[in-house]
Amino acid sequence: MRLEAENLSARRGEDLIFRNVSFVLQAGESLVLTGRNGSGKSTLLRVVAGLLRPEVGRVRWHSDTSDSGMRPSEACHYLGHRNAMKAELTVSENLSFWKTFLGDFHGGHGLTVGEAAEAVGLGDITHLPFGYLSAGQQRRMAFAKLLVAYRPVWILDEPTAALDVNAESVFTSLIKQHLTGGGILLAATHQPLGLENAKELRMQGFAGVAEEVW
Amino acid sequence: MTESLAITKFSDLANPTRFLALAARLLPWMAGATAVLFALGLYLSFASEGDYQQGMTVRIMYVHVPAAWLSMMCYTVMAVSAVGTLVWRHPLADVSHKAAAPLGAAFTLIALATGSLWGKPMWGTWWVWDARLTSVFVLFLMYLGLIALNRAMEDPGKAARVSAVLILVGFVNIPIIKFSVEWWNTLHQPASVIRMDGPTIDKEFLWPLLVMAVAFTLLFFTLHAAAMRNEILRRRVSAQRRMAARLAGR
Amino acid sequence: MTALLLRDLKLSVRAGGGALIGVLFFMTVVAVIPFGVGPDLNLLARIGPAIVWIGALLSALLGLDRMFQTDREDGSLDLLLMQEHPLVLTVLVKCLAHWLGNGLPLVIASPLLGLFMNMSEVAIGATMLTLLVGTPALTFIGAVGAAVAVTLPRGGLLVSILVLPLAIPVLIFGVSAAYAAVEDPAPFMPPFLILVAITMFFAVLGPLGAALALRTASD
Repeated sequence: MRLEAENLSARRGEDLIFRNVSFVLQAGESLVLTGRNGSGKSTLLRVVAGLLRPEVGRVRWHSDTSDSGMRPSEACHYLGHRNAMKAELTVSENLSFWKTFLGDFHGGHGLTVGEAAEAVGLGDITHLPFGYLSAGQQRRMAFAKLLVAYRPVWILDEPTAALDVNAESVFTSLIKQHLTGGGILLAATHQPLGLENAKELRMQGFAGVAEEVW
Repeated sequence: MTESLAITKFSDLANPTRFLALAARLLPWMAGATAVLFALGLYLSFASEGDYQQGMTVRIMYVHVPAAWLSMMCYTVMAVSAVGTLVWRHPLADVSHKAAAPLGAAFTLIALATGSLWGKPMWGTWWVWDARLTSVFVLFLMYLGLIALNRAMEDPGKAARVSAVLILVGFVNIPIIKFSVEWWNTLHQPASVIRMDGPTIDKEFLWPLLVMAVAFTLLFFTLHAAAMRNEILRRRVSAQRRMAARLAGR
Repeated sequence: MTALLLRDLKLSVRAGGGALIGVLFFMTVVAVIPFGVGPDLNLLARIGPAIVWIGALLSALLGLDRMFQTDREDGSLDLLLMQEHPLVLTVLVKCLAHWLGNGLPLVIASPLLGLFMNMSEVAIGATMLTLLVGTPALTFIGAVGAAVAVTLPRGGLLVSILVLPLAIPVLIFGVSAAYAAVEDPAPFMPPFLILVAITMFFAVLGPLGAALALRTASD
């Protein structure tokens, strides 16, 4: 199992955000992106998740169990700044929708909705509408979404924003579990996540204006 | 071998810098040829006899018909460019359909306005819901929608891709719209309206019309090339400005 | 996919869903017409099918811009784009859900408005049937507009401007078929079948175009 990025360059509007980013992540490995705001962390994550098309380069996913023709994004969970949950629906409706819609990637199984909510420490409020939850609780439930459907790669954009210290440690232990289970983690963060032997990539931001096009 | 050579040539042209150089060389000639053809076409139009039925107003035809023809050709040019944007992601294709939209709207407006001016003496009213007029009017609305969409988006690359999708969907729809408008027209309007293609066209009208059609087409390509050049320069300026802003922030 | 359909349906009936507002708008538009043209019952009966159709067309446009925008705002759209399900299929299911939530209520409300317009039973039935067949086409072609304008914060008006010209054939054949049912010489089937054909054509073209636009507009 291997996630590879080769020579990625990406553009936001006219600005070239980064160029020549390459990395290889094997099972159980993690890569943490650091850098100031606007340095291109989110952009790189979105490129790897297949949501932005790179200007140059490509992302590849290798695995013994899956065919090589699939898009890498299918092996990924993506947790962006927004939680991808509907405020009008209850937490369990939200989670069970994602559980059925996403489905399990081969090679693993997701937790049930109840177990996942329990794992983030909010097992007893799944009957409430998502909109009633506080920002921190919402973020935790968004994290529970990663547990209900199995994906080997987790791509997390500022996962611990809006969280207290207690919740952070819950997150860290869940991430560690994911890694020891052979998962791969790619995260952008301001705060250290408390992971041992995580690789770090410092994003510089603004690699120039893509003017060679013009 | 020849094929690969041709492709190299094509991609050379497709490079914005090459395009600018080529445009700088060709534009004066194109503009000159357009002016000469227009002078000739207008002279021929005014020298031609008036129609015995329509009198002087028949001369409106020499502007109206070429404009109507261009309103459709322009959309075809845009559809081809849209394919270039979506399939090859070529920046010049983006520029091409963006530059063509206002031109298409202008030619369509000319066609509509002259049609209306012609309609007043011929049909006794400024506007009839004739099948042809109506579908040209719908085309005009589509052009305006595309221009509005292009203006609403900030990122030019994204605006180009998104409007390319819309151009193609519209292109596929044009025959359906045309067909349905014709159906609707025959349903509601019995053949009481005097059709403008009443008498078959005389050779005397044909020559001025042909010259004017070529002149209009050349005018379109001249304006299109000039508009593309302007758009490329505009994007270069904006790239430079962004560069300046970003570097100042370091 | 069923899960997506159910979720979208739930959302359209829960608070904030636009289904009820669409029907209200439909009724208001149609109810305003007699104030404009006068309460002449014969005239109203004559223009009735057309008015009901135009009202339905405008109401169908009303909720279109939210089709993908709500999903984009809360980040769900990203996840929908990443999955292995073909995006065209996802869009098609979203269109169906949108039609069930917004289009079908219009069809159901149309007989009542037909009564207001003093239409005969046959005319009411024909209008309802043509709306049932024609409104999905509006949703499908509207999906392209909704996808194109998904990144624009206030894209609602623009979506209507972009979609209306493309929706003209649907209106023409819908109204023609409804009139053909009441007015004797004109046959009902040809325009009705063309309407069916247009709906099926848009059921392919709409999701394809919308999926393409969503892919290229993602950022």
